[in-house]
Amino acid sequence: MAVIGGGVVGCATARRFALEGARVLLLEKGADILSGASKANSAILHTGFDAPSGSQELACMQRGYAEYREIAQRLNLPLLETGAMVVAWNDADEAKLDAILAQAHANGVEDVVRISRDAVRQREPALSSQARGAVWVPGEHVIDPWSAPLAYLQQAMANGAHVWRGATVEGGAFDGKTWTLLTTLGEVRSTEVINCAGLFGDHLERALLGEASFTIHPRKGQFVVFDKAAAAMLSSIILPVPNERTKGVVLTRTIYGNLLVGPTAEEQEDRDHASLDEAILDSLVADAITKVPALEGMPITATYAGLRPATEQKAYRLKDRPEANWITLGGVRSTGLTAALGLAEHAFACYRQRRATTPIGSPVWPAVPNLAEHLPRDWQQPGYEEIVCHCELVTRREIEAALESPLPPGNIGGLKRRTRACMGRCQGFYCGARVAELTGNCLTPPISTGIWHE
Amino acid sequence: MSENTASHAGSATAATSRHIACDVAIVGSGPAGLSAAIRLREHGVGRVVVVERESEAGGIPRHCAHPPYGVREYHRLMTGPTYARHNVKLALAAGVEILTRHTVVALDAGARLKLTTPDGLATLTARRVLLAVGARETPRSARRISGDRPLGVVNTGTLQASLFLEHRKPFEQPLIVGTELVSLSAIASCRKAGIEPVAMIEPRGRPTARWPLNLYPRLNGIPLYVNTRLVSIEGSDRVEAAWVQSGRSGPRRIDCDGVLLTGEFTPESALVRQSALMLDPRSQGPSVDPYGRCSDPSYFAAGNLLRPIETAGWSWREGRRVADNLATDLADGLAQEECVTINLRDPIKYCVPQRVPVSNTDRDGRLQLRVTQPVKGSLRLWVGERVVWQSTGHFLPERRILIPSHTLPTHLDGPVKVDLI
Ligand SMILES: Cc1cc2nc3c(=O)[nH]c(=O)nc-3n(C[C@H](O)[C@H](O)[C@H](O)COP(=O)(O)OP(=O)(O)OC[C@H]3O[C@@H](n4cnc5c(N)ncnc54)[C@H](O)[C@@H]3O)c2cc1C
Ligand SMILES: Cc1cc2nc3c(=O)[nH]c(=O)nc-3n(C[C@H](O)[C@H](O)[C@H](O)COP(=O)(O)OP(=O)(O)OC[C@H]3O[C@@H](n4cnc5c(N)ncnc54)[C@H](O)[C@@H]3O)c2cc1C
Repeated sequence: MAVIGGGVVGCATARRFALEGARVLLLEKGADILSGASKANSAILHTGFDAPSGSQELACMQRGYAEYREIAQRLNLPLLETGAMVVAWNDADEAKLDAILAQAHANGVEDVVRISRDAVRQREPALSSQARGAVWVPGEHVIDPWSAPLAYLQQAMANGAHVWRGATVEGGAFDGKTWTLLTTLGEVRSTEVINCAGLFGDHLERALLGEASFTIHPRKGQFVVFDKAAAAMLSSIILPVPNERTKGVVLTRTIYGNLLVGPTAEEQEDRDHASLDEAILDSLVADAITKVPALEGMPITATYAGLRPATEQKAYRLKDRPEANWITLGGVRSTGLTAALGLAEHAFACYRQRRATTPIGSPVWPAVPNLAEHLPRDWQQPGYEEIVCHCELVTRREIEAALESPLPPGNIGGLKRRTRACMGRCQGFYCGARVAELTGNCLTPPISTGIWHE
Repeated sequence: MSENTASHAGSATAATSRHIACDVAIVGSGPAGLSAAIRLREHGVGRVVVVERESEAGGIPRHCAHPPYGVREYHRLMTGPTYARHNVKLALAAGVEILTRHTVVALDAGARLKLTTPDGLATLTARRVLLAVGARETPRSARRISGDRPLGVVNTGTLQASLFLEHRKPFEQPLIVGTELVSLSAIASCRKAGIEPVAMIEPRGRPTARWPLNLYPRLNGIPLYVNTRLVSIEGSDRVEAAWVQSGRSGPRRIDCDGVLLTGEFTPESALVRQSALMLDPRSQGPSVDPYGRCSDPSYFAAGNLLRPIETAGWSWREGRRVADNLATDLADGLAQEECVTINLRDPIKYCVPQRVPVSNTDRDGRLQLRVTQPVKGSLRLWVGERVVWQSTGHFLPERRILIPSHTLPTHLDGPVKVDLI
């Protein structure tokens, strides 16, 4: 079977099917996995407290949430147990808190409670005194958005799955039994196709099925990451009272020990470029300072943007086409990091209706390197030879291990996601040259344009 | 190397218990750190240890393969690497211990450092610590630049380290943003490596580096556009173009395969920011008194950590001066005087030191100031209701302004303020 797309959904799907004993090939058009929506998100593991009740989205999120917690330790995936508060900043917000609480309970997230202005201040002394009160959601947590999909796919590979990167699926035909997929790396035959093409899910349906059951309307989210010194200012995730279109701008610690503000929600046609806008970044910083006044003057470490694979509807676009041996896991808009493992189970449940598989006996559980700031990092262990990236304390041993791993980084983005090199406050001022040297021609394109000797 | 290796009995992580004890620990082996180290030894201070996170000591000049370095200190025109090696040689000859690949990860109260080394974690205790960790250029993110985030957007520091330490080119035809002195080093480095900058842009009406240096780009055949700012960056994998805007005209596209962000230095104050030491939001460095002493009197600071930025020669001399104070402190104990904070009005960017003792005995020190933008006017130093010093002229952001400390009365009977009208 072919999984098309190496975003978080594709990686989780490859894992599920590999564990269930299917022969899996994951096809990803980028030089590395996580080339689409999954390369930039808020990294929150959601409880689903505010998801539409009774929706497939909610079901997948809650299954995904549970499974993440179950498997995290064995894959060495981190969890920063922050909890979240939906904070009311004005009368209108405050009026909506009861409904948010009721929905959380209806969604089975029982531990959600209202908390007073005083309780908000007690938990978050750095938060502006304008905070009126909040809904406290203890189960919302922060995870590593890149190590998680990497761990899923590496486990798939360790249990027999194959991965082709740089393989764009351009067309294909189904003869009633088998798919012949035309990719930029050659033809592939598979019995089943799972469309996990994210921002291109509709294009893939059109190219292979003749028509698309939905249309992607990318929705950009921009972020600003503050310096590590800011992380101490908050302990929980600060959510706004959401509106119809978006969960709104969040303030949260990252698993890497920074503080992040974002995302925006901006409609655009372009599916490839998530470009930044100075004025919007400024407004995010201003918003963050309004909510946490002590952030005034805090240096910015990074700015980035991601595209949500939104469609004309809010709901996920999950399609099972048994007559075509085809499953689409599409339109996974803004909760896919959480829901991925649940979506994978959903896909497998569909597949099981038409084909029996035998789960593998004792699956391998390869651990990914820890990048979380609150857990032991490689630099704390002797024998690392050299710190390469000083801001993020990335060791040469870590970079070499990533380059030699079963799924080595395909491009500079992949290296950054696997190791955090060049991701810190200096953005490569100190280590850019050394990283270029250590990676040589391993990345596409290489960091350097050429060699030069005096 | 005389080190006390105390092992935790029965601990599996014996390597984590390495402990270093010394008289003075200096963090950073750039010009400021090494000159201070040498000077401390000249004063007869016993064990002086320089902690440096890079594999080689010497600081930023190591990869500045161009002059001018060393003129003031050694009366010789040197390239950065020669100068760095010379500083290291003198330090070793003076009996300074230099620990490379030793990274300070935390500054704890009372001159106690946490370190990581390839052999494991370590702690260090000293009688005093001197922070000399330098400054770096502001990257793309902190400048909040619009557009895509492709490969090839780098600072001069990265360019020079790539060329002169790793022998690699980060681009072939970059757009250079900024016209500070360092921007001219960037041109020189590009020229040397056969990199052909497509243009140099400056948001202000004139280049920052002063005549005759501002002729340098033109002499090298590189178009220089003033009143021009970078609007956004375009490119999927690597930079493909930059959009710039001049004055009120619409944005225009310049084809290039890189964007070199020069200057806009900021002190490398991450450690300070995460410690209990007081940070000055204006200079972005630790707040110091005229002796170079931080808010925790067991910590001193010198060099470009104090402010963005001065030359290597300036940092070198500052290291020496602070070392003199530090040596006095070790020998006799510097007085712990009550201090007055110097209040600043815009457009004054910063003043180092940030505070002066109420009984001002400092006769040969100077207040270092900079302005944020070019201004014509009167710069005034106030004590209470009195102007004690003033200077009228054209003040430029790239020029340091020095006010002699002796202009302050020996007893400060009111708040100290600097303004510019
Ligand atoms: C701003 C923002 C904030 C978010 N915050 C959170 C959060 O806090 N918590 C959370 O749970 N979720 C969050 N999300 C949502 C989550 O990131 C997405 O739901 C998820 O990444 C979608 O993953 P995907 O695998 O469906 O799509 P993608 O990541 O887009 O993966 C699709 C992959 O398919 C590849 N591909 C496409 N076409 C082809 C083809 N023809 N051939 C081969 N390969 C192809 C692409 O290159 C891509 O790698 C956020 C999203 C955004 C944008
Ligand atoms: C591209 C470029 C070109 C320049 N050209 C010139 C020129 O031509 N002439 C001139 O006079 N000046 C020039 N300068 C400026 C000059 O290099 C600096 O002024 C000078 O190096 C400052 O010295 P310093 O000792 O304050 O800091 P640095 O030289 O920056 O040294 C700081 C040292 O501290 C170390 N360090 C930092 N953090 C830690 C830690 N946590 N643990 C251990 N060690 C740490 C660093 O690795 C570094 O070695 C240039 C600067 C740049 C970036």
